[in-house]
Amino acid sequence: MPEGYNFAYLDEQTKRMIRRALLKAVAIPGYQVPFASREMPLPYGWGTGGIQVTASVIGPGDILKVIDQGSDDTTNAVSIRRFFSKTAGVATTERTIDATIIQTRHRIPEHPLHEGQILVYQVPIPEPLRWMEPRETETRKMHALADYGVMHVKLYEDIARFGCIATSYNYPVLVHHRYVMAPSPIPKFDNPKMDRMPALQLFGAGREKRIYAVPPYTSVKSLDFEDYPFEIQRWDQPCALCGAADTYLDEVITDDVGTRLYVCSDSDACQERQKGAA
Amino acid sequence: MYVAVKGGEAAIDAAHRLLAQARRGDESVPELSLEQIGEQLGLAVDRVMAEGSLYDKRLAALAIKQARGDLVEAIFLLRAFRNTLPRLYDCEPIDTALMAVRRRISATFKDLPGGQVLGPTFDYTHRLLDFALAETGNRQEAVAAPAHADAGVAMPHVSSLLGREGLIEPEHGDDDQFPVEDLTREPLDFPASRALRLQNLARGDEGFLLALGYSTQRGFGNNHPFAGEIRIGEVEISIVPEELGFAVTIGAMTVSECEMVNQFKGSKDIPPMFTRGYGLVFGESERKAMSMALVDRALRAEELGEEIAAPAQDEEFVLMHSDNVEAMGFVQHLKLPHYVDFQGELVMVRELRAEREKDEARGKTEVGHA
Repeated sequence: MPEGYNFAYLDEQTKRMIRRALLKAVAIPGYQVPFASREMPLPYGWGTGGIQVTASVIGPGDILKVIDQGSDDTTNAVSIRRFFSKTAGVATTERTIDATIIQTRHRIPEHPLHEGQILVYQVPIPEPLRWMEPRETETRKMHALADYGVMHVKLYEDIARFGCIATSYNYPVLVHHRYVMAPSPIPKFDNPKMDRMPALQLFGAGREKRIYAVPPYTSVKSLDFEDYPFEIQRWDQPCALCGAADTYLDEVITDDVGTRLYVCSDSDACQERQKGAA
Repeated sequence: MYVAVKGGEAAIDAAHRLLAQARRGDESVPELSLEQIGEQLGLAVDRVMAEGSLYDKRLAALAIKQARGDLVEAIFLLRAFRNTLPRLYDCEPIDTALMAVRRRISATFKDLPGGQVLGPTFDYTHRLLDFALAETGNRQEAVAAPAHADAGVAMPHVSSLLGREGLIEPEHGDDDQFPVEDLTREPLDFPASRALRLQNLARGDEGFLLALGYSTQRGFGNNHPFAGEIRIGEVEISIVPEELGFAVTIGAMTVSECEMVNQFKGSKDIPPMFTRGYGLVFGESERKAMSMALVDRALRAEELGEEIAAPAQDEEFVLMHSDNVEAMGFVQHLKLPHYVDFQGELVMVRELRAEREKDEARGKTEVGHA
């Protein structure tokens, strides 16, 4: 641990303040709790909310996994994992099932999470109504009154114009039948994994100074209409490396004439599957 | 053949080594010392202290050196460090009327108690490149310190002179009723108090405030300002330790203060009088103090019953976008990988196009039948 810094970087008073916000967030699933976000040594927009949440819940015995775009080896995931191994000296892992805390940007791991695990999401814009109403003063009122008409109108207009709901990531969800929540920019493919997940889901938005949560086994429903039910993305070919046909795939361009192949975005799940097949 | 996106760790290490090399540049050129930065790039140091919200010249100079002269990056370094410091005391409010003034000008009165003091200013210099400065070893003529008639005497603010006649709104000293909130310890909530707004502006990006202040002058929320007074100099900082119960001076710092005097035609309840816009910035930063004062006044539109029509009057717009550490992070996060979301968009755009082609083909056959 670098000299002069507390365990997991944040001072204990700040951690207590964040834990209070977390407790409130867990008590009111899907509600955005304002918190006094701190400047971190990593830039705003690069996971400072997630980092502050992780720093406040992590203990010396925890095993941390950090992913970005599903992968443990993308540069920002490497940088955040290093930050915690340096400032907290905790063990890290790339295996989803071994981790006690998983900090993520833009994905939920393919392997189902279990009780006792904590999934920490990095959130850029916590407000699901932001693109319809730029003012925080207004959106807070709309949440208080559960006034979600604009969101349904937006989804309806999509159907009228495109024939489908044209949102592929950060697809809005209704949590515990009450609050409309932004699931962070995960692909809608991952939305069903949030519903009644046995693990605790915590969301940190550092720059926007908001924390929210989905407690274990809470209902999380993707917004849709009876005649236009929610659907997830599908690919007509399996992963080129492990052969999985039920995972989220990244498209990789392999030459300059547009040849592509598809591989799992979750690098751990893909490797585990390849090992299993070998 | 597919190459896995691996090697992030090694790439980061290599990039950091390259950065260190680029920072140092040609090693045959002597390395910059913090003293050189502090003495010769003092205004850069001041800006970093102001927007970094930490008054420490040496650390600000270090941040500038480490950031290769990128001031916003240096501000970020200083902010992240500041965040780890314990808070021991709140200081007493500084009294700028007791400032040891280095510069003091008023655009509203030709002469006034304490006089006009130009001080070390760029104003009235002709902006001609001085090629003599291209060589080192320049010697400066010694300038005798001005013999100041009123040295050591309080220099009253122009606004207090107007206040005697009741021509300007009184300043509210309401700290006792409303303990001043701390922007860095509590999340910003709207509507924000003026104290909180001023805190936000004091650490806000100079360029952003300059542009907003300028916009009010061009008619987007005009508030008819006069630079009542600008003063730069040193003020004492004191604290009241609980065990002592009286104020103890613990140091001094340089601040730039600007009081704008703005027209106000009065309303049903208030007679016509001048109103105030206030700017206070760490170090020497007159441009920022002036911009801040313009924006502060613009943000008081609601309180004074003025119509809110321009960006500079819009509290949420101004306060949520003034912080360059927040802004630089979020703008630059766009360079992080977004493969997953982009894949989602690709899948969707292809589906929408396929759907459209199908529709068009169907349309053609229908036309064919008719």
